[in-house]
Amino acid sequence: MSTSRRDFIKILATLPLASSSFASDGHSEKNGDLASNGTSYSVLMDSTLCVGCRKCEWACNDKNHLPNKDISTFEDTSVFAFRRRPEVDKFTVVNKIQSLKEQQTIKIQCMHCLHPACASACIVGALKKQECGAVTYDADKCIGCRYCMVACPFQIPAYEYKNVLTPKVQKCSFCVDKLEKGEKPACVEMCPNEAMTFGTRAELIEVANSRMHQHPEKYFHHIYGEYEAGGTSWLYLSQIDLRGSEFPQLSSDPIPKLTETIQHGIFKNFVPPLALFTLLGVAMHSLKDKDRD
Amino acid sequence: MKARPLNIPFFTPGVWIVFSLALIGASAYLYRMFFGLAEATNLTNSYPWGIWIAIDVASGVALAAGGFTSAALAEIFHREKYHVILRPALLTAMLGYTFVVIGLLADLGRYYNVWHPMIPTMWQGNSVLFEVGLCVMAYLNVLYSEFAPIVVDRFKGKVTFKNEYLRQKTEGLLTFLDKFFRKILWVLIIAGVVLSCLHQSSLGTLMLIAPTKIHPLWYTPISPLLFWLSAVAVGYPMVIFESLLASKSFGIKPETHVLSSLAKIIPFTVGFYFAAKVIDITIREAWPFVGEGSLQSYMFIFEMALFAIPLILLTQEKIRQSVRGLFISSALVVSGVVINRINVFLIAYHPPYTEEIYLPSIYEIAVTVGLICALVLVYRFLTINLPIVTIEDGE
Ligand code: SF4
Ligand code: SF4
Ligand code: SF4
Repeated sequence: MSTSRRDFIKILATLPLASSSFASDGHSEKNGDLASNGTSYSVLMDSTLCVGCRKCEWACNDKNHLPNKDISTFEDTSVFAFRRRPEVDKFTVVNKIQSLKEQQTIKIQCMHCLHPACASACIVGALKKQECGAVTYDADKCIGCRYCMVACPFQIPAYEYKNVLTPKVQKCSFCVDKLEKGEKPACVEMCPNEAMTFGTRAELIEVANSRMHQHPEKYFHHIYGEYEAGGTSWLYLSQIDLRGSEFPQLSSDPIPKLTETIQHGIFKNFVPPLALFTLLGVAMHSLKDKDRD
Repeated sequence: MKARPLNIPFFTPGVWIVFSLALIGASAYLYRMFFGLAEATNLTNSYPWGIWIAIDVASGVALAAGGFTSAALAEIFHREKYHVILRPALLTAMLGYTFVVIGLLADLGRYYNVWHPMIPTMWQGNSVLFEVGLCVMAYLNVLYSEFAPIVVDRFKGKVTFKNEYLRQKTEGLLTFLDKFFRKILWVLIIAGVVLSCLHQSSLGTLMLIAPTKIHPLWYTPISPLLFWLSAVAVGYPMVIFESLLASKSFGIKPETHVLSSLAKIIPFTVGFYFAAKVIDITIREAWPFVGEGSLQSYMFIFEMALFAIPLILLTQEKIRQSVRGLFISSALVVSGVVINRINVFLIAYHPPYTEEIYLPSIYEIAVTVGLICALVLVYRFLTINLPIVTIEDGE
């Protein structure tokens, strides 16, 4: 193998240019920062007001063209025997709070995290936090790797394993089309007892605080989602501590913090990989020369 | 001493068995393609990743580390005596990565979109998987380009077309390719090592996106470092393991002196990895989890033992000199890395809302076994037809 030093230097010189432009393109997406700008929408779910009528489930199915049944069938409370999970054909489920004796229910769906782990994980950017607050999914980009499902701390995305050719990741879309027009999501609109309040995140945190203040006997003093996982767009009030019961116990660090730090550390303007390349190149050439001498 | 095609028959009774397993795997693969993931796998919403990711992809990439570790040794640090292992190691790496991609395609729900990460508008620099994907793809290209000279070497000066014009043109092209690849080979070699370091470590970053789901024995910020160290550690044992297997199957004398001196390096690489694991567990005060008596704790002890035993064995000169000792100790390191990858991707993974557990389906197992068998067959076919293996005593 005969290579001149000039070739070596020429090739090295062209690399940083090509790669730094690549780096800036690749890293232009900053998931999460969008949501904290105040204009994004949120929902406050107050589980003490939830009557377990499951009409929100019906409304969601209806809005999203999911398989649906007559609205009267949703009065069936036998489903509360189990803790159900959102599915490919159910973006939201109402569950009984397991740690309480009386029938007290809570609605779950995608939390629309401010720093969504699913979006940070997605290899092609099919999942995205939009300015309106919704974390949306683009099936046309998706390759079906299901890394988003591994990443989500709330175990929300469901996969159409039964679909042979065009399986999709399925989850609550926050009714993004309505949200973009400033309208309430279908489930919120449907609720007969106003268990869910729609507004901007800052407003809703105030609402939640004042409710807890006015009725300290009714609430466990914590807004789930205010800080969990770096904050979520769906916020929860309840009579019990939801951390470690209906929802996971999470720190205030965004879930993707560690991976993104490592990732951007390794690829800091491509310096580390190029340094390694140079180092190995120098080693290869100098060790070879020594052999000859 | 020059590598040349082996003069042995392709089929033997053993090869027929491997061939049948590969066929069964191929049928299971087709089954998945025609009937979908739900029919073929036991994957669920709580366990989105199974053995196709843990074994076919994660372990597959790790076991192909023989390629970059031996290239670094023989080509960058110019330890010339190891040149004989270069071609077999390169072939294993090339086939290893090829089969990683084939396995991955079975797992992807929309496999026909696998090229999407290459399109700049879909680049997602925050995604660890994006980096792994691009590096693997780039490395695959590097491996094929590094392998091309071997194919050229086989046919250059031996083209036997009847048509003289065609023969000359083909020879001309081959000579050009030969020169071209020789000229850029050094770039490919270094790029291969850099790309390997990047994605071998990034595979260890993947599961760090699930802090609440991964068991504390494996959830560590230095996971990428551990993955890289273990890839380096498994490189030479894998070369020894397959070289001994191949020489047995091909009925040729093993290169014991080269392999023995290669084995001298292993206690250092495995030792480094083992020490890093121990220090990591100590600093994170995770030792109590080792004794908690769960499946996770037993699997951790098992994994560590698979490194500790060969680490001790290979410090003995006598064991390094014996074919059996070499084979057993390198097989242990190889299994250690596979068990580690299974642990990180499956055993450590605990979704918050589920009582069920994941066990692979019969189809998943058939595909995984089939891919390994198919790799062995292609390896055999190529060593029979291309100059890969160096045999000591002339004709
Ligand atoms: S709850 Fe899960 S799926 Fe929803 S935005 Fe957060 S990480 Fe994504
Ligand atoms: S399954 Fe689709 S949406 Fe989820 S991470 Fe993979 S490509 Fe992205
Ligand atoms: S926001 Fe829309 S998609 Fe989400 S649960 Fe409510 S109705 Fe369903």
